[in-house]
Amino acid sequence: MWAAAITALLSHWRRHPGQAATLVLGLALATALWTGVQAINSEARASYDRAASLVTQNNRPVIRAGDGGDVALADYIALRRAGWQVAPVLEGRTRLAGVTLTLIGVEPLSAPVLPQTEDTATEGESGTEALTAFIGPPGRLFAEPGTAARLRGAVEQTVFDSPDIAPGTAIGDIATVARLLEAGPRISRLVLVAEPADGQPPLADIAPALARAESDGRADMDGLTGSFHLNLTAFGFLSFAVGLFIVHGAIGLAFEQRRGLFRTLRALGLSARALLVLVTAELALVATLSGALGVVLGYIIAAALLPDVAATLRGLYGAPASGALSLRPGWIAMGFGIAWAGTALAAAQAIWQLLRLPVLAGAQPRAWAMAAGAARMRLAVAGGLALFVSAALAVAGSGLVAGFVMLALLLLGAALLLPQLLAALLKSAEAQARSPIAEWFWADTRQQLPGLSLALMALMVALAANIGVSTMVGSFRDTFTGWLDQRLAPEIYLDAGTEARAAEITDWLAPRVDAILPQAFTEAQLNGQRAQLQGLPDHATYRDAWPLLTPPAGVWDALAAGDGILVNEQFAYRDDVAAGDTVTLDGAPQRVLAIYSDYGNPLPAAIVGHATFRQMHPELPQTRFALRLDADDVPEVLADLRDRFGLSADTLRDQASLKRLSLEIFNQTFAVTAALNVLTLGVAALAILTSLLTLATQRLPQVAPVWALGLTRAQIGRLELLRAALLAVLTAVMAIPVGLLLARVLLGVINVEAFGWKLPMQIYPWDWLLLTGLALLAALAAAALPARRLSRRPPADLLKVFASDR
Amino acid sequence: MTVKATFLAIMVMLMPWGALAQGFADMGSDAEGFSLPQPDPEFRFPQDHGAHPDFRIEWWYVTANLTGADGQDYGIQWTLFRSALRAEPPDDVTDGWSSPQIWFAHMGVTSAARHHAAQRFARGGIGQAGVTVAPFEAWINDWSMVSRATPGADALSALSLTASGDDAGYDLALDADGPLLFQGRDGFSVKSPRGQASYYYSQPHYRVTGTLTLPDGDIEVTGRAWLDREWSSQPLAPSQTGWDWFSLHLSDGAKLMVYRLRDSDGPAYTPGSWVGPDGTTRYVPDGEIALTPLSTTRVAGRDVPTRWRIDWPAGGVRIETDPVNAAAWMDVNVPYWEGPVRVSGSHTGVGYLEMTGYE
Repeated sequence: MWAAAITALLSHWRRHPGQAATLVLGLALATALWTGVQAINSEARASYDRAASLVTQNNRPVIRAGDGGDVALADYIALRRAGWQVAPVLEGRTRLAGVTLTLIGVEPLSAPVLPQTEDTATEGESGTEALTAFIGPPGRLFAEPGTAARLRGAVEQTVFDSPDIAPGTAIGDIATVARLLEAGPRISRLVLVAEPADGQPPLADIAPALARAESDGRADMDGLTGSFHLNLTAFGFLSFAVGLFIVHGAIGLAFEQRRGLFRTLRALGLSARALLVLVTAELALVATLSGALGVVLGYIIAAALLPDVAATLRGLYGAPASGALSLRPGWIAMGFGIAWAGTALAAAQAIWQLLRLPVLAGAQPRAWAMAAGAARMRLAVAGGLALFVSAALAVAGSGLVAGFVMLALLLLGAALLLPQLLAALLKSAEAQARSPIAEWFWADTRQQLPGLSLALMALMVALAANIGVSTMVGSFRDTFTGWLDQRLAPEIYLDAGTEARAAEITDWLAPRVDAILPQAFTEAQLNGQRAQLQGLPDHATYRDAWPLLTPPAGVWDALAAGDGILVNEQFAYRDDVAAGDTVTLDGAPQRVLAIYSDYGNPLPAAIVGHATFRQMHPELPQTRFALRLDADDVPEVLADLRDRFGLSADTLRDQASLKRLSLEIFNQTFAVTAALNVLTLGVAALAILTSLLTLATQRLPQVAPVWALGLTRAQIGRLELLRAALLAVLTAVMAIPVGLLLARVLLGVINVEAFGWKLPMQIYPWDWLLLTGLALLAALAAAALPARRLSRRPPADLLKVFASDR
Repeated sequence: MTVKATFLAIMVMLMPWGALAQGFADMGSDAEGFSLPQPDPEFRFPQDHGAHPDFRIEWWYVTANLTGADGQDYGIQWTLFRSALRAEPPDDVTDGWSSPQIWFAHMGVTSAARHHAAQRFARGGIGQAGVTVAPFEAWINDWSMVSRATPGADALSALSLTASGDDAGYDLALDADGPLLFQGRDGFSVKSPRGQASYYYSQPHYRVTGTLTLPDGDIEVTGRAWLDREWSSQPLAPSQTGWDWFSLHLSDGAKLMVYRLRDSDGPAYTPGSWVGPDGTTRYVPDGEIALTPLSTTRVAGRDVPTRWRIDWPAGGVRIETDPVNAAAWMDVNVPYWEGPVRVSGSHTGVGYLEMTGYE
């Protein structure tokens, strides 16, 4: 009996391979998107961990200079000679081979932690030779394979691949790094290798200028990137939810079509329990197969998207993330888990009905697709409730999680309301109908709503998310380009390298350009946090164009006079600072004159007048300048500077190429979002296809009378297409306001929480049109096959409807 | 990849340095631009107590046999090694982080029941480790050997010696009651029949007082100490795989130093030196003294010969040595055995035994 039952059950899939494929594909896609996102998240997190543990040497406490500057060599020696086991680290940024690089210099004799490499020593090399070569000169550098490839050949050091190092970072001996940074015997910080023994003199006695800090490196990164990962997770979940619509449709169809078979099996003596076991086993098998496929697909998706994600994380948050993906048991297990859970969720209704199947009852009209009006009403009420809670959260909630819950409820509420809205629309259209065919068309469309509503909800969610996200990205992009125009006003930027050369170059430039604006940058402590500090010369370039968020009355005079500072929006948001407040800059109180937008910068930043900057940092050489000149003269001056002073691409930049580069980074940053958008929309289209396929098999009893009344099969097929198109367009139209609301939440809540900056919202009607067109296309494509089948149905089939009551 | 694994990785990288100092592995490599010891040296003091950066390796090495206030036997070791990565005179360019000089040090404290060992590493050029001549001080981190000699006396004639590891340390005063001993031919010490050699002199005449810091508490000690100074660029032949080295304080006041350089290609090389009770010194050429292992001890997974017979018919010496602690294993990068021994037979006394290259 069991064998026969199994054969009978499985024969269904043999006869309907397309349905089997839909089920597996739907589940695999849903799992893939979810798994892919999880893989990306866990990879990025692992990257931070590796980078943090490498830099802080397994989270050992560090000792820094209390003033935030270098650790004096004498203090290091004093600590060592007092028995403290500390290891020096020299860290700095420089440009090598056209790449801005963080160089970390370690001292292998006092800090026995080196990056692991594919092979630490070259084959056949003794340990002494390896260490001698590491210390150099020229020394060895270790870098993540991508970074290593760019450095190789461009530096005299041998560069080794080390997957443990964050991209954009190279580690070498402290002497090598000191040479590359032209730093001399400097020390950025000390790592405490072992806790001081009892009786050792305390730090304050030996080196009062130094202070102990617990290991840093991880905490900042968590706070900064948490929102980004939550964002990705939300996207993954959205995709999964949309994917479940497909699975639900496919499983529902498979159960519906086998209803007769189930009844026969039960009638032949197979217990409900045995049937349940068989069906559950079948679903578990499908889920496992699809889960495996989904995990593989997810890996492919993650591998394709990860470089962009890594670029985003680096670009927006300065978080070290690698573009290379490795298999991790965590997200693989999660992929299978979600495939099983999703199958169970999607099949629950079908199995419930299977258990309640009356063995001897005759054929009933399909129940699962035919939700009654009352059910639709219940959905609508739930949707209204969801929208209400969402609105309440908008008023009362705060924080990133509240923002996301608000988003989710907004989408859910809108989706749940959709069937009721569509039904109402169709009903009013029906009332307007003049011809019998039109009247039948509207009524029949309304009749089909229950079966299609899940797929339409999926489409609506996908479209709304698409509109919301693209509105956000578009607004961001427009604001960002406008901001770039303001921020990058000077036409040429150069770094002379030394003050002597700087004098030479500026002397030569003076008669040739309109203005030479000295540029000054360093690091500072802003309210005790690591921040960037810039000295801005008093010039119309900045007075006219600097992107201040608060009205600039008197700001520039006060800044030039040293009466206060400007801070960036990120810092102002995080520390709740407003213009007029007082903050501390390197320990000294400073009045905040104004706040400026500083998109794309993960760090707090402050600006002082250039004169003030020189007073604060007389030791820093003035070698960087921005030039104002006629745009037409730019190529000539650039060429002259290059030829006459040997300035290279690293030290000489023009505004146009800087802007191009910035926009490239921006586009790369949002490539992930765009890719996920397209994938979600694709999944929604698939959901419509499966729903329509499901419905098409049930359509015969409904269209046969119409055919009998004189409509041709071709006409019926065209009406089917029209119906799909109409529903898609209606859904798209309803998705637009939802998408705009979504965008508002993304820009006004999520963005501020995640990045610390607010953006004005822009409207892109062309995008809506395009999306509506896409939805239309997707629906037409999905409806084409069922419609074609219907139009080619042999008349005999249609006649049979009247001959046999199923 | 755990940090522990990286730690191991770097330790593997560092390993041959211990080896370098101890004699096997890289000691047989080429001199590559370094100075080489020449026969008939003329030492100049105090300069030669300091570092010789034009030679590849160098050490300042002290062992002491001590008796505690509790009547127990103890031993300590203090060694500072210098190793040059490149033959490059120190100058403005190589000072700072780029100095080619690497320093490392070992310390040991041995009692009958326990043996404590520790090591330290440092690079030259920044002051974390080094040797100054006047006033004389050799140091790495907080381990140091500082001269207390009166003006005019040899800088090494009176020393303060201190070091501490995780669970043991010492603070000792060393005062010599005899002159320096020049090993080999007037301080030119040939290490193999093929001519490899080093500059080598000793101060075997120290009396010691001071304090050991042990896990159970401090203990006052007195005893005898021996200092070796040696530098070279290629002290061993490539086939010489390790050594067994003795420095003995005999009860009648005589001092015996003898070592056996084991050779994979032939007979061992066993030169030595003798200081009679009256202070007369004598170079003992290869082959006069026979060193015979009597029994081995399983230490750290190896069989190490810890009891020896030393036979020197020409000098009337036929003695046996027994370790104070047979498990005196220096668990440093390249581990070796080093500990105090007791002497019995034709002479009695105490001394130190160092054995390297036992795999």
